[in-house]
Amino acid sequence: MIASLPRPTWLRASTVVYCVAFFAFLFLPLVVVAVFAFNDAPYPAPPWRGFTLDWFFGSGAAGGGRVGLFADKPLLGSLWTSVVVAAWVTLLSVVVGTTNAFLIERSRFPGKQALSLLMLAPLVIPGVILGISILAFASRLAQFADDTWGLELDFLRPGLPLVVLGQFAYIVSIASLIITARLKRFDLTLEDAAYNLGATRAAVFMTITLPYLAPALIGAAAIAFLMSFENFNTTLMLVGSDAPLTVMMYGRMREGATPVLNAVSLFLMVASAALALTLMRKPADRPV
Amino acid sequence: MAASNGSSTSAQARLILLLLLAPAIVWLVGLIVLPHVDLAVLSLRERVAPRQYAPSFAQYRTFFEEPLYWHTFVRTATMSIVATAITLLLAFPIAWTIAKLVKGRTKSLLLVLCLIPFWVSETVRTLGWMILLRESGVLPALLVKLGITDTPVELLYRDATILVALVYTSMLFMVVPLISALESLDDSLIEAAYDLGGNGPSILWQIVIPHAAPGILAGCIVVFMLTLGNYLTPTLLGGKNSLWFTEQIYTQFITRFNWEQGAAFGFLLLGLSTAIVWAGLKITGQKFGEVMSKT
Repeated sequence: MIASLPRPTWLRASTVVYCVAFFAFLFLPLVVVAVFAFNDAPYPAPPWRGFTLDWFFGSGAAGGGRVGLFADKPLLGSLWTSVVVAAWVTLLSVVVGTTNAFLIERSRFPGKQALSLLMLAPLVIPGVILGISILAFASRLAQFADDTWGLELDFLRPGLPLVVLGQFAYIVSIASLIITARLKRFDLTLEDAAYNLGATRAAVFMTITLPYLAPALIGAAAIAFLMSFENFNTTLMLVGSDAPLTVMMYGRMREGATPVLNAVSLFLMVASAALALTLMRKPADRPV
Repeated sequence: MAASNGSSTSAQARLILLLLLAPAIVWLVGLIVLPHVDLAVLSLRERVAPRQYAPSFAQYRTFFEEPLYWHTFVRTATMSIVATAITLLLAFPIAWTIAKLVKGRTKSLLLVLCLIPFWVSETVRTLGWMILLRESGVLPALLVKLGITDTPVELLYRDATILVALVYTSMLFMVVPLISALESLDDSLIEAAYDLGGNGPSILWQIVIPHAAPGILAGCIVVFMLTLGNYLTPTLLGGKNSLWFTEQIYTQFITRFNWEQGAAFGFLLLGLSTAIVWAGLKITGQKFGEVMSKT
């Protein structure tokens, strides 16, 4: 029942109880991850053995054999790999997303309807299948180049370039949606006025259209970065010897993790919360 | 930026159109269309001798003849349907509370609280569930302390565990479309129904659900699709017993290097998810583009 109607006490009470239970469900896994990052025990499990910062700053030798996040070279390496991959995916997605937005909103050509539908298709392809199809196609191309011209095209073998392409393939759909939504609301008379006042095409784009689009571009970049950073399904299929963070964490979780994974998780929570708070100060067009 | 302004000549306009089209074509043809065509070709051939292939349906025949494979397929689909239904049931009251019961700051606070867990990766959330549920974990220890069980019970590697985690992972994609569907419902309709003697359940069935149907279906489509294609959650929380279809695809591709079989499995999964999305759109009379841009 809505707020303006009388609600019996039991309904009010059960609404509150349900909300509390629901948010407890949502936050419980995150809370235990954060808490056990500080537990003085070799496994992230109860009982609580006291507070320690070893899982952040332990250096192996000094920390009683414990290697903390900031001394764990493979973990830091995979974190850096994720940042590099996400930076490339973000750059490509925002640039192509912008050209797609202009294509959809400003151009007319036969087959446009079909093309704009096809642009949404990557959103309904399961990530694993996107991964295997790109993997199979790329190695077929590499094989063909090797057989025909004796060329060794390393970037077509599993590795970071393929990971970037695989993530880009569907993240650019989302970037295009965000940027198109903003471009749709743009008032074309502003551009016409600038042309009438003698501005060149480039000047109009730089001083009017681009500043108007900026919030959507920043929003799309943030989403693209986050989605690339979190991606697992597509990445797992295309990854070579350098594992991004999600793949590295998956591997360690299968072996039985130490709380250093909790430490890196807490680090990620704080970082993404900081990113989100910065963005929410400036109202950008966020779909989610 | 073509025809709309007079200063551009048609040659210039055509050049700009080509420049805008090029990235989209390279992306869609090079990364989506051709790889999937190639995957289809791969799934329809059989290795007869080293580097010798013949067209064949052998891969699809294997799927139907080997019970493990189609059992896993049916199981994955069934569990995804159950997970989608549970997600809908759990998300609806929260979406209703956020859309209709609270106002102002409380409303934005609750909405942000719904979003926060999804800013961190699925790996982190799965780690949380593992710490909570495994035999040496928080919940079994709590059960022993409360005297409910004598020894810690293993809560991982059960179907119920996989379902809980799948529901958790998809919650956001159900809550957001539900909120936008419920917000567009005019409060005065509910007030009128109440004045005319309607009660909670009858208003829910006759007014709220018919109005929110497109949002409900949109949420269900996305949740079902993401659950079906999930790899991380079933593999880590279900262990060897998870029998998830994406796991079979991974095994064929990466472990056994049997790409032909893996490609066939991939196509079966893609076919299922496409069929569900299509059926969902048909039933609700929604347009694909509109649904996807809402989520």
